[in-house]
Order: sequence, then structure tokens, then C-alpha cells
Amino acid sequence: MALEKPYQDIPGTIVFDADMSRKGYHLNQFFMSLMKAENRERFLADEKAYVDEWPLTDLQKKGVLEQDYNLCIEQGGNIYFLAKLFYTHEQPFERAVSTMTGMTPQEYRAMMLSGGRPIEGNRSASENKGNQ
Amino acid sequence: MARITSAVFSSHIPAVGAAIDFGTTGNEYWSPVFEGFEYSKKWQADNVPDVIILVYNDHASAFDLRVVPTFGIGCSEEFESADEGWGPRPIPPVQGHPDLAWHIAQSVILDSFDMTICNDFKVDHGLTVPLSLMFGQPEAWPCRVIPFMVNVIQYPPPTGRRCFELGKALRKAVELFDEDLNVHIWGTGGMSHQLQYKRAGLINREWDLNFMNTLINDPEELTKITHPEYIREAGSEGIELVMWLIARAALGSQVDEKHRFYHVPASNTALGHLILEKAGS
Ligand SMILES: [Fe+2]
Repeated sequence: MALEKPYQDIPGTIVFDADMSRKGYHLNQFFMSLMKAENRERFLADEKAYVDEWPLTDLQKKGVLEQDYNLCIEQGGNIYFLAKLFYTHEQPFERAVSTMTGMTPQEYRAMMLSGGRPIEGNRSASENKGNQ
Repeated sequence: MARITSAVFSSHIPAVGAAIDFGTTGNEYWSPVFEGFEYSKKWQADNVPDVIILVYNDHASAFDLRVVPTFGIGCSEEFESADEGWGPRPIPPVQGHPDLAWHIAQSVILDSFDMTICNDFKVDHGLTVPLSLMFGQPEAWPCRVIPFMVNVIQYPPPTGRRCFELGKALRKAVELFDEDLNVHIWGTGGMSHQLQYKRAGLINREWDLNFMNTLINDPEELTKITHPEYIREAGSEGIELVMWLIARAALGSQVDEKHRFYHVPASNTALGHLILEKAGS
């Protein structure tokens, strides 16, 4: 019998479980390659050419080239691997994270300064329905 | 005989390390964070152990998806600071304690905890930021450090229960070591935070404060927290808190609380920090 995934009803969250890890293996290893300065240089010189050296799906490539971080996560990317792409673009972590939330960096920082995203209404899909 | 006398718990946040390295700890944003460690630095200076067993996780710095050890112990002489994409932190290398590390590895493996023995790797912010918070910016770290890694990135991490039991086995292992060593154990990571996807920025203050309270007074109760509950309540990255259970169990049940600190935000994260001493030590 397959293992259950009791975390799937958590809104706005993708858990990096076995299925995501298998889906994102090459994507994450690609991110990892950006730990080396010479690879970062080659990537920045011609992003498309560098990405094409990796066995990635079209959606994974799109996520990387368009810096669509939610798409990267949906396609199996893990945040700590994806972070290598933030640093390659010299983008501060907090700012990069804000782009995944649909907020501007200023709105995101204001939310964090006021105590962060509240847990109420963000626990589960069913809790959200109950609130409507 | 070696013994574990104190435990330190702290979030490990890259931006906190950057504030130290770039000298911005006094600004409006960071000063409340560093004020929370003023007492800690004094306490630490008065209580320098021989060895710290430092429980942390690697964040795709030394390890990638080719090999994912659930529990790893660093057994080499020295560990350099990793380049996480913006150059290695300007800090001294960490001196290990191979004798004690190998002793612990053998002892807990024979106690049925299947550790992965790790040599020749670099340590990232998970280990180095708490060191900087407690010791400041010395020329050399004043004690030896054994890196003790836990996978909390690839789901599922080890359960809270397993971590707690491993902590007990660690205590036993340390007490079986012949040399007379004062050992501290540190648990790092957490507290509530989510760094990814649309729910990023989640903070659960009430849950965090309750976690700290229970960690001090009734830590075994925390072993009932399931992985989905960690993720739901403390965020997808808040599950790092299982690492605190290793350190807490390793200290033993009766403790004296020396310091407690909690602050939101530190970048995307709720920062939690505790210092506990073994009662009567
Ligand atoms: Fe971490």
C-alpha cells in the first residue's frame, strides 16, 4: 500500500518528498552546479546554452530562465538548491522568497516585520473553507 | 569520564551570519536580535567547554541529492567554512575531535543508531552561524566542535521520537569516553519558518513559545509531534526543530534554564534561543 501524504492539504506548500525529489533530481543537481564560480560565469554568459546541457524538462528550463521560482518548486526544485540560482543572480534570499508569495518585496518585508504570515487561515484547505 | 553539562539551542539563519560578517549588527533591524545574545556571549565566555557536539543540517552545501544521510557525524580533524554561493564566511576553520567523534559513532551504532561516518566536508551556516552568535569573531574557535548532521531537507526527516532516543544514546556514548572532557551539545535550526511557495513567510509565535516551554519542562511530550504537524504549524522548514530534540535528550531530564530569547523576524524566520544547564552542574 502506498504511503499516505497527510500534508497535501496544507495550503501554498509543496513538501519535498520522494515524488518531488525524483521529479526534480536533475533540476536540483543543475542548481548545485552553480556552487562553482566558473559554472556561474558560464551560465550567466549564456543561460539557455548552459541549461540545455542538463537533462531538464521544458517546464524546468522555463522556470530557471524566467526566474519563476514557484514553477521551479512545482517541478521538483528544493528551496536550498534553488537558492543557488538566487545567489547566481545576486538576489538576496528574502527578496527572492517574496516573489513566490505574490507580494512585492516591500509588502513581504512589512508582513515579516509585523510578525510574519499568520497561521490562522493557513493551516489547511478545509480550515480555509470554514472561514469563508 | 566525559560528560554533557549544557545545551544551547539556536536558530541558524544565513542573514544573521551576514550581519556579523559585514558589521551591520547594530542597525535598527538587527540590534534586537543581537541584544538577545548579549547574555549568551557572557555565559559562553565563562563556560567554554572542551568539545561541542553541534547538531545541525547541511543545506545543499556539502551534500547534494547523490547521497542523503539521515544522521551523519563529522570525524575529521578540521572543517572549513563552505562557500554557499557568496564566498566562504570569513571565520576560522572548525577543529574537530576525531577521538570522541569516532567513539560516539561506534557507540551509537552498536546501540542500534545507524550513523553515517563523514570525513572531508565543509560546514555551512547551519553550524557556523550559531558559533558566531555565541563566540563572536575570535581568531580561532576556543574549543573543538563535532559536526552532527541530520537530514531535514528531503522528506521525511527522522522522527522526533527517533531524534530524542538518539540524544539519549549520545549521552550514554559521551559518558563512556575515558578522557575527562566537558562537553556541550547544541541543537540548531528552526523555529517556525517557511521559505518556499505561496505560504512563504509563515510564523507561528504561539506554537514556537509552547515548543520552547515544553522542551524545557517535558521534552518527551514533543516526541508526539508528527511531521505533518511540524509542517502545518511551523512551516515547511520549521521541521528542522526535530534537531532540538537530540540535544535536549542528550542533556538529561533535570535542567536549569539560564536564558530564553525569541524574536520575529530574522529575515524569513522566527529566531528562538535557549541555554540550559544540567541541574546541579
Ligand atoms: Fe537549517
